[in-house]
Amino acid sequence: MRQSAFSRLADWSAERPWLWSFVGAGLIFLATTAFTSGKGGGDVLTAALTFATFYVIVGIGQMFVITTGPGNVDLSIPANIALAGAVAMKVMDGSNAMIVPGLAAVAAVGLAIGCFNFALIRILSIPPIIATLSASFLVQSTAIAYGRGLRIKPPPIFAELATGRVLGVPILAIIAILVAAAMALVLRRTVYGRSVLAIGQNARAAGLAGIRVARVRFATYVLSAVFASFCGALLAGFSGGASLNMGEEFLLASIAVVVIGGTSVAGGFSNVPGIWGASLFLYLLVTMLNTFGVGAGVRLILTGLIIIAVIALSGGRRPGRG
Amino acid sequence: MNALMPSPRLVRAALPALSLAALLVAIWFVQPRAISYFGFNLMLNLAMPIAFATIAQLCVITVNDLDLSIGAFVSFVACVGATWLNATPLLGVAVLLGAVVVYALVGALIHLRNLPSIVVTLGMSFFWLGCSVLLLPSPGGSAPAWLAALVKVRTPLVPFAILVSAALALVVHVGLMRSAWGAILRGAGGNPVAVARAGWSLLRTKVTMFALAGFFGVLSGLSLVGLTTSADANIAIRYTLLSIAGVILGGGEFVGGRVSPVGAVLGAMTLTLAGSLLSFLRISPDWQIGAQGAILIVVLALRALVNRLERRR
Repeated sequence: MRQSAFSRLADWSAERPWLWSFVGAGLIFLATTAFTSGKGGGDVLTAALTFATFYVIVGIGQMFVITTGPGNVDLSIPANIALAGAVAMKVMDGSNAMIVPGLAAVAAVGLAIGCFNFALIRILSIPPIIATLSASFLVQSTAIAYGRGLRIKPPPIFAELATGRVLGVPILAIIAILVAAAMALVLRRTVYGRSVLAIGQNARAAGLAGIRVARVRFATYVLSAVFASFCGALLAGFSGGASLNMGEEFLLASIAVVVIGGTSVAGGFSNVPGIWGASLFLYLLVTMLNTFGVGAGVRLILTGLIIIAVIALSGGRRPGRG
Repeated sequence: MNALMPSPRLVRAALPALSLAALLVAIWFVQPRAISYFGFNLMLNLAMPIAFATIAQLCVITVNDLDLSIGAFVSFVACVGATWLNATPLLGVAVLLGAVVVYALVGALIHLRNLPSIVVTLGMSFFWLGCSVLLLPSPGGSAPAWLAALVKVRTPLVPFAILVSAALALVVHVGLMRSAWGAILRGAGGNPVAVARAGWSLLRTKVTMFALAGFFGVLSGLSLVGLTTSADANIAIRYTLLSIAGVILGGGEFVGGRVSPVGAVLGAMTLTLAGSLLSFLRISPDWQIGAQGAILIVVLALRALVNRLERRR
């Protein structure tokens, strides 16, 4: 009897690959609060919810891209965030009335970058890694030229949106939870989401089954770019202005949260809840190492090694290059 | 008509050299004085470490992987070069050898667990960066005098950087493109299943290529620190993207073991010289990265055109 209960538990968790990221995040949170003997646990959690939000937003976009199959990845996210943040601050120009036009401009930036990425992939038939990489060179330069010396504060309402709380929960986190829920529905219940999964499992079969592969891929790259752009705008609002290097950490983070969240890097298998678990895990990991008082060097080393350990343990599911 | 056109294969092989030539012509047009021993010495000052890093990346790309940690690794080597290698040479050499072993182990891990190389190497980039920060928390250190003297040698007629790059291209070309071993190593990228069925160990090829990547990464870091004489943890971070761009620019395909060492070195030089052309044109350095992206896109567009012609035959 015990045996079957155990195997049922194993099956249950195998169907929910995102479970482990939450377990990991929970363990790290317990270790952190145990170290401080329970003090500041609430603050850590609030901060984790806020910072995880940014990982979640770019992570969802990256996840859709990675799901479309081996080799698909969006490396233009950091440059995109830098440019979108600068554009948002410049268009909004610190005035509440300009928030909506500002967000429209941010959406346009994301749309343009997504279209450009896909045009390179499609027209030049080059691998997405190289396409998004070359695009990111251009975007990064544009961001540097456009955003140099930019010292515009976000409009008060926008800053309030990015930093405020409702009943102790960050507004941003609430938005990100709603977005994640919506995207989970999109992935599981819409034709588009099912097509993304199908293409990731076998692009040829999906094409023969009548799915317009190119169109779905196009939509996916645009989706990822638009999510990254909005993340850039929110990040600028959160930190009181845009800076050129604020996207840097998101190259690793966006890919890491997808992988740690239980999405297959070979494509075709993904889940949204894992993005949240992995984002909390990643942020709490850094917080824990900070609480333990280790220096920046050790923190970087451990972050890298833990990410490698997590994917080494979860293992590559299928052959293929990610 | 067809007889007059060179074969697409030839065009593709000549593309890296043609892009470099086009760039040189443009530089000569804007600033004729730059085309001289002195000018090349200045412009190609940093070509040597970039060429080594590009060849390191080429080794990894040959076996269908991608190394996103090479920039952090080269920075780490530079930090070791500016600290331990100078103060306690024996320890420095041991650490550098150990680093090459770590590279080989990463290759083994990627193969044995069938992991995506971009995630593993992204993780490794944090590892190397952390090591550099521990070693050299703030920019500084100083390179051993012999190293600085070695990389700043003034050779007659042709600048040292060009000679080293040419030798590097030649050695890797012979080793990888002309030897039986090289054919197996490339085959492991082209058709791993066939190579494995023929009785070769895929694990060994992957470990070999990653170890070679580590070795060239060490050479890159050492030549870099010799030129700059001091180091910091972020000194070569941009080499990651630069090296990938160099390999692709040089005619390397992303999968299938199709690479070109000579092309990759030419690609690295093209990217290095692109910066000089921009400054001669008085274009703001803001656009330096963008120009490298634009060159990459233009060359890839040309190659797509050649491939399309090839398919039409």
